[in-house]
Amino acid sequence: MEAEKTKVISVLVENKPGVLHGVSNLFRRRNFNIESITVGSSEQPDIARMTITVKGDEKTLIQVVKQLAKLIDVLKVGELEQGNFVMRELALIKVNSPSPKERSDIINCVEVFRGRIIDVSNDNLTVEITGTPDKLEAFLTLMKTYGVIELARTGITALARGAKSIRIDE
Amino acid sequence: MSGAKVLIESLEQQNVDVIFGILGGAILPVYDALCGNEKIRHILARHEQGAAHAAEGYARASGRVGVCLATSGPGATNLVTGIANAFMDSSPMIAITGQVPSSGNNTTYMIGRDAFQEADIIGITTPITKHNYQPRAVSEIQPMVNAAFYIANSGRPGPVLIDLPKNIQSDTENIEMGITEKIEARWYKPAFDPDLTRISEAANLLSNAEYPLILAGGGVIISNASNELVQMSDLLIAPVATTFMGKGAFPEGHPLSLGSIGMHGNPAANKLMGEADVLLAVGTRFSDRATANLDTFAPNAKKIHIDIDAAEIGKNIEVDVPIVGDARISLKLLHDAVTKKIPKMKTSTWSKRVKEAKEQLSPLLKDRPKDLVPKALLTELRKLLPSDTIVTTEVGQNQMWSALYFQALKPRTFISSGGLGTMGFGFPAALGAKVACPDRAVVDIAGDGSFLMTENELACSVAEKIPVTIIVLNNSVLGMVAQWQRTLYNRRYMAVNLGKTPDFMKLAEAYGAQGLRATSIEEFHKAVKTALDSTVTTVIDVPIGSEQDVVPFVPPGCGLPQQRGDY
Repeated sequence: MEAEKTKVISVLVENKPGVLHGVSNLFRRRNFNIESITVGSSEQPDIARMTITVKGDEKTLIQVVKQLAKLIDVLKVGELEQGNFVMRELALIKVNSPSPKERSDIINCVEVFRGRIIDVSNDNLTVEITGTPDKLEAFLTLMKTYGVIELARTGITALARGAKSIRIDE
Repeated sequence: MSGAKVLIESLEQQNVDVIFGILGGAILPVYDALCGNEKIRHILARHEQGAAHAAEGYARASGRVGVCLATSGPGATNLVTGIANAFMDSSPMIAITGQVPSSGNNTTYMIGRDAFQEADIIGITTPITKHNYQPRAVSEIQPMVNAAFYIANSGRPGPVLIDLPKNIQSDTENIEMGITEKIEARWYKPAFDPDLTRISEAANLLSNAEYPLILAGGGVIISNASNELVQMSDLLIAPVATTFMGKGAFPEGHPLSLGSIGMHGNPAANKLMGEADVLLAVGTRFSDRATANLDTFAPNAKKIHIDIDAAEIGKNIEVDVPIVGDARISLKLLHDAVTKKIPKMKTSTWSKRVKEAKEQLSPLLKDRPKDLVPKALLTELRKLLPSDTIVTTEVGQNQMWSALYFQALKPRTFISSGGLGTMGFGFPAALGAKVACPDRAVVDIAGDGSFLMTENELACSVAEKIPVTIIVLNNSVLGMVAQWQRTLYNRRYMAVNLGKTPDFMKLAEAYGAQGLRATSIEEFHKAVKTALDSTVTTVIDVPIGSEQDVVPFVPPGCGLPQQRGDY
């Protein structure tokens, strides 16, 4: 068995119903492993961009790209090369803060991680934090000591750096 | 114009001359639009699975897109096996299904509300179609039909489903039905022309090969590349093995033909695969039944792989020279490139080895057979049938015996369910093939178990006057699984015994077909001749022993050369 790697791919698809089903179905059917998938609009209104993080050996990752490219509603599949792309993930975390002491500790952490407090109630805070998955993990570890009530992560979204772009006209 | 009318006119523009189908509530507007149509013949199947297999048989015999039609819900789900079969074997097919209404008022709007005969056929068929469509406006129908045909029959062919909500069939819109190039698949561009650098690399390998061998898959038949394949083989003096799906791509009577490789492959083909130093594989996906253990598959060979589907390159087997492109175009270019390097190969020790292996390992009978065993029957059958006869098979022992003992001499004359292994495929596929090629004989080599799965299409065959011949190799068991239980499960037979029922002669007669029985080679001879001359479908019941194995056999997990069994 070859070593497992993680790859981030940017997929341009027709922005119409059923396309996400087609893509997720392919992953399930071919036994590919999705770490995360985000879907949203792209620079063109009729085209959506999916950012998919997959895990697998080199052979599997090549198959992922080729099989995706075969789907009729997939317009373009681009691999984001290691170190040559920017990626972000957003997390919303509702964390326990029963006392003023804990509240101020959490606020300090949030500042260090450049997050934001977006909701406050008597005994909890909701934090918005953006960054690489590693940064989010580090922050989450800290928050766990206070008690995480709810967590929602978006999954990775990413773009190639600088001159390189994954567009349908390139 | 109504959506149903737009659909039918769009089909006419695609030169559809026949549709296999069964109607129902949610497709009634389309059937109404077909009423009185003189360009399109509708053939009423007796089960939607039969309609789908018939459409595939039509497609594979003719190279044209086969069309099947069904209503929503159970009509649509009954097509599923046929669609999956066409997907696995890369056959061009359009499946059209009715769907419950997609809009309207609170009473008429049905989709997503678990309406009567509603099934999410788009969801169900997503993994077994090349693409599927559900028009939501009459104006979308024609571009989607155009796209569906283009997608189904280009690149690596496959089935495309169009699911038509009933309101879209009956709604009317002002539609210009001129021939339009507009298709609803703007980014679909199949690769046809191969990379010339790769062609040149392949030519280098082949011109320096001492033991070249060609493996031809179903892709050769699909791209009509048989002539180019023969020319390539002649130029290299390279023997040609086929996969099961490639059977017929290369004339099996040719001195360089090795027959098919695989689990029940021709021993010469399996043996020489291990001796080749360069393997030219064309239009094959290296299925597990063809390659057996991948670690010992053609271990000494540099591998060149031509396929129109880029995803097949490296999927199952690592190759040295990948060529993505149409088989015919690629073989032509490769032939030219090799000719420039070596005008003519010299006969060599390899040619002698090929001849010797063929002689020593041939599973075919040389003498006139005496006993009523499959080997004898099928060797004899080849002599009885004209070379352009289309043979279909069911799935199981009948199929593997056919692969071993019945030589296919021309492309598109051997039609069988390869990838999915669908019992019951052969008979309806034979009907479709006969509709596509009415002037040629069509014979289904069947087993009793398989034939019982779609035998009801005898009604269609008789009523629609589509005469074919079904030869039932009747061993009263589900033979292939019985063989596995015999050899791999210590003769613990479970659920394989079929008993002596039904009486296939009486069954045929009940449908108004002709029933014959052969209990000796002489009777078989006579029965086949009677069937070929008949204007009505004929079932020939041939009782054979229930403990006959398909041999040789490569046990699961073993490599091709580890073939076992006396044959």
